[in-house]
Amino acid sequence: MLTLTHVTKTFNKGTVNEKPALTGVDLHLEPGDFVTVIGGNGAGKSTLLNCIAGVFPPDGGTIELDGRDVTRLPEHRRAADLGRVFQDPMRGTAADMQIDENLALAARRGGRRGLAWGITREEREDYHERLKMLDLGLEDRMTSKVGLLSGGQRQALTLLMAVLKRPKLLLLDEHTAALDPKTAAKVLSLTQRLVQQDSLTTLMVTHNMHDAIRLGNRLIMMHEGHVIYDVRGDEKSRLTVADLLRKFEEVSGGELDNDRMLLS
Amino acid sequence: MLLSLTGAVSQGILWGIMVLGVFITFRMLDIADLTVDGSFALGGCVAAVASVNMGLDPLVSVLLGMLAGLVAGAVTGLLHTLFDIPAILAGILTQISLWSVNLRVMGKSNTPLLGVDTVFSRVASLLGVSNNVATLIIGVFVAALCVALLYWFFGTEIGSAIRATGQNEDMCRALGIDVRVTKLLALSLSNGLVGLSGALVCQSQKYADINMGTGAIVIGLAAIVIGEVLGRLTPGKLQAFGSRLTSAVVGSVIYFIIRAIVLQMGMDANDMKLFSAVIVALALVVPVVLERSQARRAWRKGGER
Repeated sequence: MLTLTHVTKTFNKGTVNEKPALTGVDLHLEPGDFVTVIGGNGAGKSTLLNCIAGVFPPDGGTIELDGRDVTRLPEHRRAADLGRVFQDPMRGTAADMQIDENLALAARRGGRRGLAWGITREEREDYHERLKMLDLGLEDRMTSKVGLLSGGQRQALTLLMAVLKRPKLLLLDEHTAALDPKTAAKVLSLTQRLVQQDSLTTLMVTHNMHDAIRLGNRLIMMHEGHVIYDVRGDEKSRLTVADLLRKFEEVSGGELDNDRMLLS
Repeated sequence: MLLSLTGAVSQGILWGIMVLGVFITFRMLDIADLTVDGSFALGGCVAAVASVNMGLDPLVSVLLGMLAGLVAGAVTGLLHTLFDIPAILAGILTQISLWSVNLRVMGKSNTPLLGVDTVFSRVASLLGVSNNVATLIIGVFVAALCVALLYWFFGTEIGSAIRATGQNEDMCRALGIDVRVTKLLALSLSNGLVGLSGALVCQSQKYADINMGTGAIVIGLAAIVIGEVLGRLTPGKLQAFGSRLTSAVVGSVIYFIIRAIVLQMGMDANDMKLFSAVIVALALVVPVVLERSQARRAWRKGGER
């Protein structure tokens, strides 16, 4: 489904602030893979997701999505295949537009936008049903501005928007990091449900090692811009946080420096 | 006095079409588009030259003025989107170059519309009413048409994408919207309306002048602000999109009425631009000051407890 071949990316090349963010990532995802990504600060997790999404082009290597080379394709032209949820709940939705309008924008992801009405009656009924599934009472507030929602509600809505039109790949960039633990747990279980429902191929960056172990069928650990540990199936389900920490020290020769990760 | 007031109302409505254009960029894209000063004059100059020098039908002249404005907006849009020039600077560049372009178009700094028909004189003779009444009728008709069309357009898929662009470009790109295209569309559409307004104002005052657009952007912003304040004062809170558009036009009418009154009271016409700038500045300053004083009061209360 997704194949990365030796992808590299360096920020501020040729300056004192030069920062190699990806130093050769090789990664292959099978259809239906649910991969969790962990790693220390500056390990390149977000850069990896941004390269896949096309926020910036990589310096080298190729990115293939479902057999199509998308390496140099701009962000908006890959959008048809990608569902995305950001860390910041504000980034995934348009605050001054209604809930149903946001969903309608998402329903047209990657499609041609013409002079047809931006949202149809059938769509509204469909959205009503889907919002009901979130169990947040949003189905009765469909004409409310999204800006009135809490961070958790916005993130749940963004998640729904990301899968409204089935993406070939779902990219979740620490999408629960900005939420309080209770809300984060809710959004996470919703994530699990939606991913299972449509058996979506998913790449989820997280700082929570428990979640990384508990969710998905595969886990990769990144360090200094490349994948240092890749584990799947039964082996993954037997992992413990202590295993992960040991593994990290073994491969990197240092301690995991992600404060949030250690605290959670 | 009464006569000057009806004149002010019809001027306000014709300029209100320009305000609709400014509304698109300022309120929906969050850009203060300085192209407006140039494209307003361009619309007027092109319409004047089309009627006087080329002998075209007044309606065709007006449409050409609108088209010219649209192209000017597209130039700003291309500078901004294709070459990443900040929107304000892109607007300034287009505005400055339009000054020369307008002089080239007219070949002189002023073109009187002597002995040629205008859309207003046409309608006046057709309905047997005075020119003033005809101006009012056409103004209301065109403004209403523009409001209706904009209301429709911003409800469509493309229109929704433009609205979303002004709020969250990250989201737009993630949803496959090319924000360069949406911004280009919005800037062109906006300046098309500005050009249309310039052409109509030119025909109503029966001359085009190289200076007719100077300060137009500030008038537009002032009108939007006045309209919004009125909208907030009205019970029922006019927040719906249609009423926001309408109140922009109403704001323009109020602006020109205020202008007529203060001029009548003996204010120097040259001070009018200062007056407009003060209105806009006040409108931008008041919410900030209110918020700060509220924050200070909240802090004091907390301290007393």
